[in-house]
Amino acid sequence: MQMSERASVPKEERTDEEQAETETVDGVATGAESVVAGLQNAGVEHLFGVQGGAIMPVYDALYEHEEMDHITMAHEQGAAHAADAYGIVRGKPGVCLATSGPGATNLITGLADANMDSDPVIALTGQVPTDFVGNDAFQETDTIGVTQPVTKYNKFAESSDTVGDSIGEAWALANEGRQGPTLVDLPKDVTQSETDVAPGLPETPDTYNPPTEADQVIVQEAADALANAERPAILAGGGVIKGEACEELRAFAREYEIPVVTTMPGTGSFPEDDELSLGIAGMHGTGYGNLTISNSDVLLGIGTRFDDRLTGGIDTFAPDADIIHVDIDPAEISKNVEADYPLIGDAAVVIEQLDEALTQSPPAGEWREQCQTWKEEYPLDYEMPEDEPLKPQYVVEKYDEVTDDDCIVAAGVGQHQMWAWQYWTWKKPRTWVTSHGLGTMGYAVPAAIGAKVAAPDQEVVAFDGDGSFLMTAQGLSVAVREGLNITIVVLNNEAVGMVRQWQDGFYEGRRMASEYPWIPEFDKLAEAFGAQGLRLEDPDEVEETIQQAREYEGPTVIDAIIDPTENVYPMVPSGGDNARFALNEEHLDQL
Amino acid sequence: MLPKGRRNKQGIRIDPEAEAEHQPERALLSALVKHEPGVLAEVSGLFSRRQFNIESLTVGATIDDDFARMTIVIEEPRPGIDQAKKQLEKLIPVISVRELDRDAVQRELVIVKVNGTEPDKVNAITDMYNGETMDAGPRTITIQLTGDHQKIDDALDAYRQFGIREIARTGYSALARGEAPTAQVSEPNQAPTDAQTATEEAADD
Ligand SMILES: Cc1ncc(C[n+]2csc(CCOP(=O)(O)OP(=O)(O)O)c2C)c(N)n1
Ligand SMILES: [Mg+2]
Repeated sequence: MQMSERASVPKEERTDEEQAETETVDGVATGAESVVAGLQNAGVEHLFGVQGGAIMPVYDALYEHEEMDHITMAHEQGAAHAADAYGIVRGKPGVCLATSGPGATNLITGLADANMDSDPVIALTGQVPTDFVGNDAFQETDTIGVTQPVTKYNKFAESSDTVGDSIGEAWALANEGRQGPTLVDLPKDVTQSETDVAPGLPETPDTYNPPTEADQVIVQEAADALANAERPAILAGGGVIKGEACEELRAFAREYEIPVVTTMPGTGSFPEDDELSLGIAGMHGTGYGNLTISNSDVLLGIGTRFDDRLTGGIDTFAPDADIIHVDIDPAEISKNVEADYPLIGDAAVVIEQLDEALTQSPPAGEWREQCQTWKEEYPLDYEMPEDEPLKPQYVVEKYDEVTDDDCIVAAGVGQHQMWAWQYWTWKKPRTWVTSHGLGTMGYAVPAAIGAKVAAPDQEVVAFDGDGSFLMTAQGLSVAVREGLNITIVVLNNEAVGMVRQWQDGFYEGRRMASEYPWIPEFDKLAEAFGAQGLRLEDPDEVEETIQQAREYEGPTVIDAIIDPTENVYPMVPSGGDNARFALNEEHLDQL
Repeated sequence: MLPKGRRNKQGIRIDPEAEAEHQPERALLSALVKHEPGVLAEVSGLFSRRQFNIESLTVGATIDDDFARMTIVIEEPRPGIDQAKKQLEKLIPVISVRELDRDAVQRELVIVKVNGTEPDKVNAITDMYNGETMDAGPRTITIQLTGDHQKIDDALDAYRQFGIREIARTGYSALARGEAPTAQVSEPNQAPTDAQTATEEAADD
């Protein structure tokens, strides 16, 4: 009890003393202390978690460690999402903790989410004592078994002598190569028993050697293809950001004047106000972005897994293009789309290799003009009425206008997420924090918390849906307790709008289980949590409301009552041809 | 502006002149893995969740206590085989993976229990297939045979006339032929590029 109270008190500003990378902690007495030493050796500053029986020894060992800030979450799913967002923003693994059984199973959505998006996360779960494992003991779950398909790596800790190194290894594996979530399951006897073996620095196993440089022969062939391309395009994926290759990408695209389109996870890798930016691609990408990809003759995909929401029907995906695929994970090469030039390696290194091998800009002047024409022909657009109803796109645009380029935007999953993605002008990496591959409703609130903890000096706003918000709203209690300056804008259409949109488009308007006959007033709900709650209905009050939220010390929820009939366009129907996108309802009927 | 080309289901651009559809083929994979709990579950879980068609999987110790060898037979179109190899290699406890040539040394073992009413005839078939009688009684005879898939199928066909009560087959175990390495510790945990594979193949000849 005393413990959780301590963790609940808002902390004074801590000096940002970086853990000296080469120094290791010595002098441990128990497995749990070794766990904590392993985290210290990795330079961990923040942890997100929920207490419980089997993990108590680890929490107890944390009691002495003021330099590590534990944020007590309201739900373990939130702990995993917060750690995930922290990992996205910082580029280093976020840490989450949970007890055995239900604590561990509550983490799973967050781990699966991180696994899909290659987000660096390390989860530590308590487990029943080794002697009880397999006997269906109280709060026993086969955590290793159930998390195996959704983690990059997991490990059942075997002894107090090695447990600290297991933590270091899991941390290093989450961080290196293609990032992802890892988990260490900690039986209570292992954390409780004595040891005097202090762990070393985090290290991946000897047998883990992620590739760096791509095959020079293929690099040269790819460069030649690019040099002669008449309709070249770059598709920048999340791997560009994960691989810290944004500077290289920007320099490369500008030097050779190649249009750049980003995937949803790749958003921010290339600034959208650059002439060469053709925005975003995929099901709800921009018309010009999709046309650019579809009509390209050489497509350089970097750090993208060519997921189906991006490609649309594979038969029509960039069907005339030779594909150069740069990825650190060999298994992504030719998984969904065949790579004509597979370049397995680190994004930043391979871009440099391509740069060295390229002798000229592709002869693509006409093509660039064509791309610009598409930009003018198919701008993102929505109808703005004189007064109500309030349009969600307008709210996003207004928020974007008043914030700096490094403002972090989190989002849930649904229409609101697509509007946030489309109508924000992205300029910097690690500012777009959402659930891409898994499409996890409920991501936004805990993600905003994780992002703010990771970057206290950056502004954080979350665009959430009413449906998504209801899934993890309990996280507000954490934001209030921690005194986090975040704003959650609920784009409230009183519906799971994305589902409703599909029903109207593809199920003859049969709105089964997609509209809420009644939902709580979110501004009042926010107040009950101790946050500021604001209600927004009038388009004329948008700026003022945003201002009020930004000025407030602590979390704000804006319950923005938006036009419930508003839909997301452009749209390529699932499995469709990205070059044939609908700009409105009638278009959709014709596809 | 609408592009004219198309890709097939495997994301391969369709060449109108020579449209190559990949037919399923059999591949023999050897994986050197960490000898620790859970690895078998991890590998079999991978094959089932990614819908790779697996024919057999065997696992056993190696001369190094730290490692075990798995021999896996899968049937997939070529892109599926390549994908399976790369996904296997991604698992952290998997040290290296190699697809073995057709001429690899490969064996399967079967134990077959047939009705014992005509022992002479049963023994004649056992001799013909170089089998070994492991247990014989008035009612049943139990035989052990090794060979490739085809030989074992043929032998089973021959025993069928007596009435087969039960069989237990092990699935393939295999090593690369001659000096060629199977899957070894020294190989990096990374799928070889086509170019690398080509040079390695050349070296094998
Ligand atoms: C956890 C989870 N459950 C269900 C879904 C399916 N789903 C996708 S979008 C969506 C609607 C989301 O509603 P809301 O959060 O209100 O967003 P809106 O589309 O209305 O903006 C649903 C139910 C999902 N993505 N995630
Ligand atoms: Mg909604």
